[in-house]
Amino acid sequence: MENSTIKEKIVKDMLPTDAAAIREEKIIQDLLPQRFGKWGYIWVGILVAICLVGMFAYYRQLRYGLAVTSMRDYASWGIYISNFVFFVAISLVGSLITAVFRLAGVHWSTPLTRIAEVIAVAAIIFASIIIIVDMGSPERFYFLVIYGRVQSPIIWDVIVITTYFFISILLLYYPLLPDIKILLRYKENAGKRLYKFYGFIGSFWKGTHKQYLLSKKAINVLCITIIPVAFSIHTVTSWLFATTYRPGWDSTNFGAYFIAGAFLVGAGAVVVAMYVFRKADHLEKYITEDHFEKMGRILVLLALLYLYFNVNEFLTPYFKMKESERAYLNGLFTGDFAPVFWFAILVGMIFPIIILLFKKGRKPLPVFIVGIMVVVGAWFKRYLIVTPTLLHPFLPMHDVPANYHHYFPSWEEWAITMGSLAGVCLVITVLTRIFPIIPIQETLNEQHETAK
Amino acid sequence: MNQENNSRRDFLLTGLMAAGIGVAAGCTTKSPFEDAAGSEVKASGKKVKLLSVDGEVIEVDEAFLKPVPHMPPVTKSEERIGIPGKKFVMVIDLSRCKNLKKCQAACNHAHDLNPGENWIKVDPMQAGPHTAPYWEPTTCMHCDEPPCVKVCPVDATFKREDGIVLIDSDRCIGCRFCMAACPYSTRVFNWGEPELSPEVAAQPYSSETSIPQKKGTVGKCDFCADMTRMGMLPHCVSACPNGVFAYGDLNEDSVTNGTETFRFSDLIKDKAGYRLLEDLGTKPSVYYLPPVSRNFPFESGLENDKTQNS
Repeated sequence: MENSTIKEKIVKDMLPTDAAAIREEKIIQDLLPQRFGKWGYIWVGILVAICLVGMFAYYRQLRYGLAVTSMRDYASWGIYISNFVFFVAISLVGSLITAVFRLAGVHWSTPLTRIAEVIAVAAIIFASIIIIVDMGSPERFYFLVIYGRVQSPIIWDVIVITTYFFISILLLYYPLLPDIKILLRYKENAGKRLYKFYGFIGSFWKGTHKQYLLSKKAINVLCITIIPVAFSIHTVTSWLFATTYRPGWDSTNFGAYFIAGAFLVGAGAVVVAMYVFRKADHLEKYITEDHFEKMGRILVLLALLYLYFNVNEFLTPYFKMKESERAYLNGLFTGDFAPVFWFAILVGMIFPIIILLFKKGRKPLPVFIVGIMVVVGAWFKRYLIVTPTLLHPFLPMHDVPANYHHYFPSWEEWAITMGSLAGVCLVITVLTRIFPIIPIQETLNEQHETAK
Repeated sequence: MNQENNSRRDFLLTGLMAAGIGVAAGCTTKSPFEDAAGSEVKASGKKVKLLSVDGEVIEVDEAFLKPVPHMPPVTKSEERIGIPGKKFVMVIDLSRCKNLKKCQAACNHAHDLNPGENWIKVDPMQAGPHTAPYWEPTTCMHCDEPPCVKVCPVDATFKREDGIVLIDSDRCIGCRFCMAACPYSTRVFNWGEPELSPEVAAQPYSSETSIPQKKGTVGKCDFCADMTRMGMLPHCVSACPNGVFAYGDLNEDSVTNGTETFRFSDLIKDKAGYRLLEDLGTKPSVYYLPPVSRNFPFESGLENDKTQNS
């Protein structure tokens, strides 16, 4: 309602009416961030509620210690760490879609860049939060700075994740500047407080040629730097495991294996978000069936790649069946963890590959469903990377209470984990409420080029 | 009897106080007849007889006595350096173990460990289907290439010059990377607030005593570094009635279980001593003697195993 009156007013103000200008205006109107509707509020309300439950669970954890979790001396890392690896993995997509495609001169991905960057920023924020949640003494977090030992892979992780966080923020921010200039033109659409905020973060951007060149250069530099940093965050995260002796972690394959998995889950998250935003914000003209077709192809490639690494990771140890790894491998293939293991392999990789190989499978809805399968499969895959290994130590699990032999997360762990997942969705929702989910200026520029 | 004890205690106490005066006089330019606030202490007129450091009996006014702690506490940096010139090792003789768990009980008591938390574990081991089962007590291996120390992000766990690996619970952030890194699964975590008596909980933490354990930090066998500093044996060693554990200094090439003393190199050579998971390259300080010519059948330990593992 409100939108349409604004539209009329703008159209009236615009003289002389020129076809191109009207088209441009239409694009801007389509892409301006929209106020939450009824469903928007319900969605945000649900997310906030889940976050609050998670915060209450965390309060209990702070008060009573990690004893409220089901982690014990053998399974000393649980779903917090799996969740951390999952978030780090998802955040890698920012570099894939934005940096790799931009540098490769791929233009069709323009409408997806901001989605990818927003997901990357939200996920990396919650990766940092969840790692603090996992700490037994979180009040000593600053010890990592004042007593940090550079020899420890955790410190490497702290360094690269912080770096990645800032590069991701900048890579979200710089391409936003031209859009903020547009947003500032539509004061009524923004509302008072948002207008002030836009002015605060972007009023210096005048869109001069000099600024444009500078920004282009900066974005290029960021795109080049984010790729090695992105590889580092996930490689170093894999080294948290691979630098230990334990069966299932003692692998030289781990860095590449994690990176492959990260690209897959990140791409999966992007197609899910694409579908949701397309439906919710009526962006069918901008996120087209062709985008799903192309992302579907990318997903097949990435799923095949990840499957390849999985075969590598499990087939050779299985062939040898070393005594120290026997119980671990049997636990995965046929034992306690078999249902989750085969779920992750089939639903997370094999079914998506089969579906996406068909042309009909690359229509928006099937791609969306495949995206969900990939993301859910990937979450359980991370769980399988962390816990089974810990429950198969070298020396027998003995002289400990019976419940130390198994691990199933407590309600507090589930609540905090769900809270963090809801938190990622909330950050994405808020960011897309504030900023256009599809880069407006870049869309206009491309429209311009194609018109010529 | 009681009276006698008391007077002996008083004598020791005053002796220490005299030493305190001597130290205070030697180290500060201040007059020893000042209290902490700097004001002159008025003589009370009541004299106490003391034994001076030179062995003479002297009389001092009571008001000039200052209390000093029982033993000078080891500073944090001394705790990190260790005892100079030593290299501690342990030898565990598997042929003597029948899973009595006296070692475990003594360790748990000495370190105020909570129920269910064991720094010493006694595992029933059997390498293959037709090999003989035996009981294997495990402590921290105090590796010379400690994987736990390598991964610690804040230097909370450290390797000392005397070979002992300790934890500074005032430093530990509870990331549990060391627990994942330790191939011997020796480390335990204080998941909740440890149940401690108020006196124990009020003590300042010492890496050598590992007391008091703190919520959200890692704990493990500390080779009883505090006992070692006093020239005494770790609690597990002295608690074992079968002499399973022998402890000593590699540089002196001697280990003892309290009743017998062995030349370490001969013991390891004669009985073919080995270390656990040698192929990982962690270079443990704990050696095992194989379970040959055993003192007890394996089955004799089974009864005691049930009580711990429900």
